[in-house]
Amino acid sequence: MNTFLTILILLFIVIAIWQIVKIYDLTQVSTVVIDNSEIANDEDNRINGNLMLGFLVFIYVITIVCFIRYGDFPLMSNAASEHGSKIDNLMMVSMVLIFIVQTFTQFFLYYFAYKYKGQKGNKALFYSDNHKLEFLWTIIPAIVLTVLITYGLVTWSEIMNVDQDEDPMVIELYAQQFNWKARYSGEDNALGKSNVRLIDIDRANILGLDEFDPNAQDDVITTELHLPVGKPVLFKMRSQDVLHSAYMPHFRAQMNCVPGMITQFGFTPSVTTIDMRKTPKMVEKILNINNIRVEKSKDLQEKGEEALDPYEFDYLLLCNKICGKSHYNMQMKIIVETQEEFDNWINQQTKFENSLIAQK
Amino acid sequence: MSEYIEFDPTEDHGHHHKETFITKYIFSQDHKMIAKQYLITGVLFMGVIGILMSLLMRLQIAWPEEPNIIFEFFLGKWAPDGVMDADIYLALVTMHGTIMVFFVLTAGLSGTFSNLLIPLQLGARDMASGFLNMISFWLFFLSTVIMVASIFVEAGPAAAGWTIYPPLSAVELAQGGSGLGMTLWLVSMGIFIASSLIGSLNYIVTVINLRTKGMKLTRMPLTIWAFFVTAIIGVISFPVLLSAALLLIMDRSFGTSFFLSDIFIQGEVLHYQGGSPVLFEHLFWFLGHPEVYIVLLPALGIASEVISTNSRKPIFGYKAMILSILAIAFLSTIVWGHHMFISGMNPFLGSVFTFTTLLIAIPSAVKAFNYITTLWKGNIQFNPAMLFSIGFVSTFITGGLTGIILGDSALDINLHDTYFVVAHFHLVMGISALYGLFSGVYHWFPMLFNRMLNKNLGYVHFWVTAICAYGVFFPMHFIGMAGLPRRYYTNSNFPLFDDLADTNKIITGFAIVGGLIQIVFLYNFIYSMFYGKKSPQNPWKSNTLEWTASMKHIHGNWQGQIPEVYRWPYDYSKPGYDEDFVPQNIPMKKGEIEY
Repeated sequence: MNTFLTILILLFIVIAIWQIVKIYDLTQVSTVVIDNSEIANDEDNRINGNLMLGFLVFIYVITIVCFIRYGDFPLMSNAASEHGSKIDNLMMVSMVLIFIVQTFTQFFLYYFAYKYKGQKGNKALFYSDNHKLEFLWTIIPAIVLTVLITYGLVTWSEIMNVDQDEDPMVIELYAQQFNWKARYSGEDNALGKSNVRLIDIDRANILGLDEFDPNAQDDVITTELHLPVGKPVLFKMRSQDVLHSAYMPHFRAQMNCVPGMITQFGFTPSVTTIDMRKTPKMVEKILNINNIRVEKSKDLQEKGEEALDPYEFDYLLLCNKICGKSHYNMQMKIIVETQEEFDNWINQQTKFENSLIAQK
Repeated sequence: MSEYIEFDPTEDHGHHHKETFITKYIFSQDHKMIAKQYLITGVLFMGVIGILMSLLMRLQIAWPEEPNIIFEFFLGKWAPDGVMDADIYLALVTMHGTIMVFFVLTAGLSGTFSNLLIPLQLGARDMASGFLNMISFWLFFLSTVIMVASIFVEAGPAAAGWTIYPPLSAVELAQGGSGLGMTLWLVSMGIFIASSLIGSLNYIVTVINLRTKGMKLTRMPLTIWAFFVTAIIGVISFPVLLSAALLLIMDRSFGTSFFLSDIFIQGEVLHYQGGSPVLFEHLFWFLGHPEVYIVLLPALGIASEVISTNSRKPIFGYKAMILSILAIAFLSTIVWGHHMFISGMNPFLGSVFTFTTLLIAIPSAVKAFNYITTLWKGNIQFNPAMLFSIGFVSTFITGGLTGIILGDSALDINLHDTYFVVAHFHLVMGISALYGLFSGVYHWFPMLFNRMLNKNLGYVHFWVTAICAYGVFFPMHFIGMAGLPRRYYTNSNFPLFDDLADTNKIITGFAIVGGLIQIVFLYNFIYSMFYGKKSPQNPWKSNTLEWTASMKHIHGNWQGQIPEVYRWPYDYSKPGYDEDFVPQNIPMKKGEIEY
């Protein structure tokens, strides 16, 4: 029945458009000036020329509205890692630059279109070349881009080169359809050897660790990622099935997890979860989200469904590479805390050697 | 070629051989008919499917929880009780991407206008090989049929994203769509690539060999330059995708391990060992990035031609335009790694690709500035084609500028695979190329069907589309900067993104209006094809050779002799002439300087 109604409505819309066009055509015939040609005349040029100016205003308005509504870039100004502010600064510089270029080029494009709209009897200027001008607008972008490329490359190499002297804490991020695991390397700060061929579900060796590797014995496998604040971390990424991507937006960190190889990304978390929740921006954001959730809950309750839980901010690890059906819900909570809290937590976790189920 | 030189102008070519319905409309070897076939199969048919899919996705993103009768209607068993299945969402993402990029914007755009314009604007009777041209179209048609058929497969069509990264695309256990659906996808793409290669070779040979007397390379219209360079990039890069597809077929069906290694899935270890998914990414993007320019360059060419004609002014910096096309084409083949900054490849490679990628901004900037200068002090005729070309320059700038951000490896860390990327490439390649396509259709419709499109419907079509295009993709940058990943079936599992839900609804609103307004274009197209007003010989007062050819389609294009060319195609408003255009076949006056 619904299907039938949909078809009927679509049909009516088509008929309506057809009729409007037909009426429109008839009105055209009844006017005295019969212009059979479908080529733009002065009237068309005037209307569309003015619309060009209107469209320029539209672009500016949509830009301003977007910047006002989302302009503080919730994830651009409060990085929770030490390298994050470098990315944010580079982003700011690039944004300002493209904002200026966008504003001016769009202005000239639409303003010229408006200003030089055609009229019978006008003749355009025959102006085919100006080497000086062209040289100018080749060389200026070249100079600007040289600066930008250099700035970008310096930032990139600073981020990607892991400084081994800082003795980073090694943690494995392990991806599978559709969840994450973290493996801490324990006191020796060395991850035990592993391969998916060693996975033994019956014995709870879920990450395929080499049971006989001494480095593996004190490894700790968890489903939550705890990080001590201010301590450099080096993540080693592994995937057991398909490509995943470990995306930690608050830390400006992302790296793909590739089956068959180990990838890495290092950073130093700089703000604890509790401190981040207290920043004015985050307080505002949480309040806003909770208001939205309360509204939504009202609707849900009217339908007899359960209300939504209130939202409390937590850092997240998201999957950001298409990985299958539940890709949209592959997440892990990240908790940044003081060294003391971290030590307490990690000591409560079971070491790999103790987590294995004995062979029957 | 010799056959055409001995062409007898006094005889009506049509009498030479009687054409049956089949040789004229179906297995035609005439480039104009083949162009129409590409237009109707590639753009009208596949375009409608592609856009419809995007609307279904947008509806799902905006109202993820609510059952929708539209889903039930279009998706049937994949939307039980009107709730879309998560797998089918990914399938829509995949098929929308594949259809729009390859079928609409590669075959539809290049296929239509390269076929129509290369012989006509060069002064050739037909393509170098009409037979190969026919084969090229029918291979394309076959690949279309297979691709559409794959949508109806029991376990669903391919759903690993249009980039079909293995192992997701290679292992059937990973995803329903990686079974028969993916096999058909690969077969279809294999045939598509064959079609594209045959077509491209034909274009290249025609441009090199069949130019009429006087048509020097530096007198070719920029459209032809763009199609020529597009074909060259296609010939260089498409075979690499073919090899990737073949190796993937080997991995899937014959037990090799080119792209796969150490996989444990659903409780079992697979036998693959020693391969690398990153290798596939390299092979894919070696085509995938040039592909962006295969889509964009024809649009740039069309915009050059349309803007110059309708401004009644020569295109500014003709030679700079050619050089920038060549520079873009060259650079496009050495930047593929910017899709892979965080794929796990060596960070040093990332630096190299950042460098080459940002260099593309230079020739692109030159092009944008040259377009704007062409408008300056013109006598602009706002035909619908002109509106779309101006819209093209606008979205090309907006979308291109964000490329400076994404091409910067350090910034890509945080923006990779977010909606920022979706907004960027839809503006710079999707919308821009679509504008180029529409511009071309409005401009050369008289050439295709000897009738005119209704201009007022064209104006409505452009303005609504233009507003919706910005309405959809401009705010999308901002939800991307807020960290929202793409390809999520619903965002409701992340309260963090709850404050973006409203924006998503607004975007969907614009998308629906923008999608439905294309019905006006479809109506205009189909109505005008049969009942449109008859076109005059040269409706836009253009200089290029196609407008000197017979408007009524005859085999061989020109009734009499092929016109000879004496000047470049952009002599608009040249001092010393009464008319504001001087076609290429008008001899130079004494002492006249070419340009």
